[in-house]
Amino acid sequence: MEFSEHIKTANVEDVVLRRPFYQPTKGTLCVTGHHLIFSNRGGDSARPFLLLLRNIDAIEKRPSVSSGTITLKCKDLCVLQLDIPGMEECLNIASSIESLSSLETVSEMYPFFYRPPFLSLQDQWGLSSTEQHYAQMKEIHDGWRVSQVNRDYSVSPSYPPAVIVPHSIDDETLVKAARFRQGGRFPVLCYYHRETGTVIMRSSQPLSGANRKRCREDELLLQAVIDGSELGYIIDTRSSQQAQQARMTGGGFESKSCYRGWKRLHRQLEKGKVLQESLIKLVEACGDQSHSVDRWLSKLENSKWLSHVQTALSTAGLVAECVERDGHSVLVHGSEGTDTSLLVSSLAQLILDPDSRTLAGFLGLLEREWVQAGHPFQQRCAHSAYSHVRLRHEAPVFVLLLDCVWQLARQFPLAMGFSEPLLLRLAKEVYASDYGTFLCNSDQERCVTGVKERTHCLFQSLLRANERQHYSNPLYERTELAIWPSIQPPSLQLWKGLFLQWTDDALHLVEAQKVIQNLVSQCHRPLNEKVENTDG
Amino acid sequence: MALHVYFCVSPCIVFVHHVRSEQVRMLDRFSNKSTSGTLHLTATHLIFVESNAAVTTILHHHIASVEKLSLTTNGCPLVIQCRNFRVVHFVVQKERDCHDIYSSLLRLLRPVSYEELYAFSYNPKQNDQQREEGWQLIDLGAEFERMGVPCDQWQLTDVNRDYKICDTYPRDLYVPITASKPIIVGSSKFRSKGRFPVLTYFYQEKKAAVCRCSQPLSGFSARCLEDESMLQAISKANHNSRFVYVMDTRPKLNAMANRAAGKGYENEDNYSNIRFQFVGIENIHVMRSSLQKLLEVVGSRSLSASDYLLGLESSGWLRHVKAVVDAAICLTKAVTVEGASVLVHCSDGWDRTAQVCSLGALLMDPYYRTIKGFMVLIEKDWISFGHKFADRCDQLDGDPKEVSPVFTQFLDCVWQLTEQFPQAFEFSEWLLLQIHEHVHSCQYGNLLANNQRQREELQLKDRTHSLWAFLLSEQQNYVNPAYCPGHAETHPVLEPSTFHIFVLLFLTSLNLYLDIVSHMKPTICPQETVPSRLFNEVLDTICPSLLSTINRCLINGTVPSCFKHEAVQPLFKNSDLDLTVLSNFNCHSYQTFLRK
Repeated sequence: MEFSEHIKTANVEDVVLRRPFYQPTKGTLCVTGHHLIFSNRGGDSARPFLLLLRNIDAIEKRPSVSSGTITLKCKDLCVLQLDIPGMEECLNIASSIESLSSLETVSEMYPFFYRPPFLSLQDQWGLSSTEQHYAQMKEIHDGWRVSQVNRDYSVSPSYPPAVIVPHSIDDETLVKAARFRQGGRFPVLCYYHRETGTVIMRSSQPLSGANRKRCREDELLLQAVIDGSELGYIIDTRSSQQAQQARMTGGGFESKSCYRGWKRLHRQLEKGKVLQESLIKLVEACGDQSHSVDRWLSKLENSKWLSHVQTALSTAGLVAECVERDGHSVLVHGSEGTDTSLLVSSLAQLILDPDSRTLAGFLGLLEREWVQAGHPFQQRCAHSAYSHVRLRHEAPVFVLLLDCVWQLARQFPLAMGFSEPLLLRLAKEVYASDYGTFLCNSDQERCVTGVKERTHCLFQSLLRANERQHYSNPLYERTELAIWPSIQPPSLQLWKGLFLQWTDDALHLVEAQKVIQNLVSQCHRPLNEKVENTDG
Repeated sequence: MALHVYFCVSPCIVFVHHVRSEQVRMLDRFSNKSTSGTLHLTATHLIFVESNAAVTTILHHHIASVEKLSLTTNGCPLVIQCRNFRVVHFVVQKERDCHDIYSSLLRLLRPVSYEELYAFSYNPKQNDQQREEGWQLIDLGAEFERMGVPCDQWQLTDVNRDYKICDTYPRDLYVPITASKPIIVGSSKFRSKGRFPVLTYFYQEKKAAVCRCSQPLSGFSARCLEDESMLQAISKANHNSRFVYVMDTRPKLNAMANRAAGKGYENEDNYSNIRFQFVGIENIHVMRSSLQKLLEVVGSRSLSASDYLLGLESSGWLRHVKAVVDAAICLTKAVTVEGASVLVHCSDGWDRTAQVCSLGALLMDPYYRTIKGFMVLIEKDWISFGHKFADRCDQLDGDPKEVSPVFTQFLDCVWQLTEQFPQAFEFSEWLLLQIHEHVHSCQYGNLLANNQRQREELQLKDRTHSLWAFLLSEQQNYVNPAYCPGHAETHPVLEPSTFHIFVLLFLTSLNLYLDIVSHMKPTICPQETVPSRLFNEVLDTICPSLLSTINRCLINGTVPSCFKHEAVQPLFKNSDLDLTVLSNFNCHSYQTFLRK
C-alpha cells in the first residue's frame, strides 16, 4: 500500500509520551497508515494509546544529538509530547506524521478502513432522506412537493438530489431560478412551522450583478412561498455594504422592487478567515496560563469568539421571531449559502422545533442542514487552531454552531434531549473521524467517492443503544414551546468543556458531571417508567 | 390615588406606615415591557402587587439607593438599587405621589439605631427555648477543641474576658502557652486597635498555627520587646519549622505609607526567626469602586460581548478575587507543605486578614467545606474576630467610606472554589446567595453590628434570631448534589488553579438569582412549567438533592429564558421594523436582541 512509502521508521522503543492528565509513560511508538500507536512496555492492562493521524493539526520537532522531542498539537485541542531516543528516528517519525496527516485523497482516509464488529456496511447510511423527511410532514403536502430536479447534481452540485419546493413551481422554473443563484442553490424549504403555517427557507445569493439583472422564475418561486400572506423576510447574513459590494463580483441581493412582499434585513455574520482567526486567537488565549487575569480577558475579548456566538444566536433569534411571533416566512442566505445560512437556519430550528431538540432529532437536523445541504466539511475542517499552514478555506462554522447549541443547552438545561458530551464528540469527529459522515464537501462528492457504501455513518452509530445512553440528557423534559435564548453578554459563557478541556480543572468538572448524571438518572428511572406507563 | 397612613397588625410583619399607590408601573430591566399594579410601603418592606396578583417584595434594608429621575410623559420614574444587586424601576403616574413615596423611602431607609433594624421585629413564630437552642447550634469553643486546641503548646487565655485588652476581639482567645500576660498586654499595646497575634486555625497534622493580628505600630523605627517575644512564642510552639511566616496582605506601598502615621510592618531585623512577605491585596476603597464599576457593566443594557469583556476587565474585580485566592493558596502551602506557622495581618486585621485566614482554612480543612463547617468558619473568622459588618454592609446610616464589599468578595472567592471543585463542597451556590442576602437583610442577629462586644450590649441573643438556625433548618435546600464526602479523604487540601477564575463570575449568578425572584411568573416563562412538574414528581419519589440540581437549572436556565422572552417581545412592531429597513442598520441598537 502507498502508506508504506511515507513510513520511514515504523517502530521506536523507549519513547516517552506526555499527555494531559497522565504521568509520562515509557513505551513503544508505532506509526501505521492512519494511526500513531503507543503501547506501554510493561504490557499491563492499560490499552495502547491510539491517535488518529488525521487529528494532528501541527507538529513541532526539536531534535538534539542523541534524542528528540516531537510536540503534536491535535485538532481536538489536545497537546501531546513524544520524547524519542535517536535523532534520526525522531526526524523520520516526524516526517512520516507530517506527510500521513496531510493526505488529501478521500478514499485513502481511515473511515474507508474502519470496520468495527458492531456495525455492518449493509446498514442504512444516514438517518433519513429528503423523501422520508417529506413523507413525515403530512401537513405540508398541499403546498409543497419533493423535486428531483437535481437528481444528477446538474442543477446544483452542492445540493442533494431531492429538495422540497412550493407545489406550484415546476422543475423547469427551478432550473432557471437555479441559474440565477450562486452555485445553483435556489431557495428550498428547510423548516415548516405548524402553528403559523410559515416556513424557513435557505438559498445562496442571487446573481443580480452590477447591472441589476432580474430573474422572473426566481421571483415567482419566492412569490409562491408567501402566496396569500402579504409579507416575507429575507435575512441576509451579510451587512448591506457587503451585499452591495457583492454585486461587483456578480453576486447581489433581492431588490425591493422586484420581490414584492419581501423585506430584507441584514445581519452581519462573520465567516471564513475571520472566524478561523478568531478560533486561533481563542485557543491561544485558553492555552496561555500566564496568570494575568486582565490580559487574559483582553485576549478573550480580542478573539471576538463570544461576539460571533452572540451574533449567531441573535440572528437565529430574529429568524425564529419572524416565524413564531410575526407569522411570516423567512428566506436566509449569505453569499454561497453553505456556511452562515446553515448556521442560522439550524439554530432557528432548534429554538422553534421541539422535534429537533431530541437526540435523534438533532442528529437528523445536522444531517439535513449540514451534511446533505452541502456544508464543505472537508475544506472548512482541513485544519484547526494550531496549524501553521496558510489558511485556504478553513473556517470553524460547525464548531461555532456547536458552541451556540451548547449555550442554548446551558440556558435551557431541560429542553435538550442530548448532552454536552455529544457536542464535544461532534466537535472532535468533524475534524478527525473513524466515520465517513463528515468526509467530502457535498452529497455529490460522497456519491462519487463511495462514502455511503464504504464507510460507516457516525449518526447511526451514535444512536446505538449504549451510545444513546451516554449522549442523552438525563434532565430532558420535552417542551413544545420555543426556547428564546438570552444574548446578554453575562449569559454567554466560554465553552469550558471544549476550550479548556485539557486543563487541570476539567478533571474535577468531568467527575462532578458524572456524579450528577448518576444521581439524576437514579432519580429519573422511576419517573421515566411512570411516564412510559402513562403513555402506554 | 390617595396617601393612606394607617396602622395595622399582620401576623408576621407589623405595618406601621402604609402608603398605597395605585397606577404604578414596574419596568422590566431588560425590555421596554412594564406591568402595572399597586405599590405598598410598610415599615419593613416595599411591596408591589401586580394586577395579575404577582408580588414583588423588597426589604427596606436591601435598598441601597432610591433615585427620582426627571418627569417623563408616562409619569415619574423611581429607580431603586438594591444591595443584592437587584435594580427595580417604577414609574408613578403623578409626580406628587412619586415624591411622597420617595421621601417616605428615604426616611425608612436610613436607620440610625440598631433597634430600628428588622431583626428586632422579625418573629418567625418560635418560642424562647427554640430561639436559644438556635443560638447554641454553633459553638466556637467546641470548634477549637475539634482542631485540637488547647493542647501542650496552645492555651485559652482569659486576658480579654471583659474586653479590656481589645474590644473588637472575642472574649475567648487562644495563645501559645509561653505567652505570659505581660507579653500579651505589651504586644497588644504595640498593635493597631490592640489586636495582638492570636490563634485562628490550628493544623493539627503538622502542629502549625495560623495566627492573625493587626499591623504593628512600628513607625519608622519603633520596636516592642513583648511583641517580639510574642512572635517568638508562636514560633516555638511549632517544632516543625524554625521560623514563622508573617504575611502582610497589603501592597508594599500601602504598608510603607502607613509608617508615616506611626504604623507599618514588622522589621525582619528586630524579630528573630520570621520571614516577612507582602501579598498585595488592595484596600476597601479600591474594592468598593471595583464592584461599582462591575455592577455598571453587568447592569448596562444592550451591551456587546466585547464591551462586556472589556468592562469586566477594567473593573478589576476578578483580578482582586484572584489576589485573595492567591494569598490563601500561599498561606495553605506554607502551613500544609512546609508545616510552618503563619501570622496574617493587614491594617486593622478585620478585612483582608479575615478573607485570607478563612479561605486558607477552607482549603486546608474539609470540615469547613460542609454546610455546618462553613457557618462555623464565618462565625469564627468573620463574626467573632470583629469584621465590621455594620460598617462594611452599611447596616446603619454611617460613613459611606467605611462601606466595602469585603464579605461579598469572600463569598465570590468561595464560589470560585465550589465551581472548581464541584465535589468538594457539601453546600451549593444557594447557601452563598442566602448568606449574602442576609448580610444585608438585617433579619437575623448574627451578622449585625461590628463586633462581639456590641452584640452583647445589644443583647442580640435574647432579642433576635440566629441565621444559622434558620439555614440549618432547611439545609436540604443547600446541599450540592455533586458532593462526595469521600473527596475529603482523597483531597484533604485543595489546590486550586487561579487561572480559570475569570471564566466564571459570581455576580452573574447573583443577578440571575435575583431575576428568578422577580420573574417567578409561570405564565411568562416557557420553561417554568417543566421544572415545576418535574419537581413534584421527584419529590414524591426521593432525593432532596435533585431539588437543588433543579434549583441550579433554574438559576442557569430558566431565568434568562424568561427575561429574554420579554426582551424580544417588542421586536417587530411596525415602527421599529420600518426604521431597520429604511436606514442603515448599523446605527441601530434599540433592542438587545437586534444588535449588530
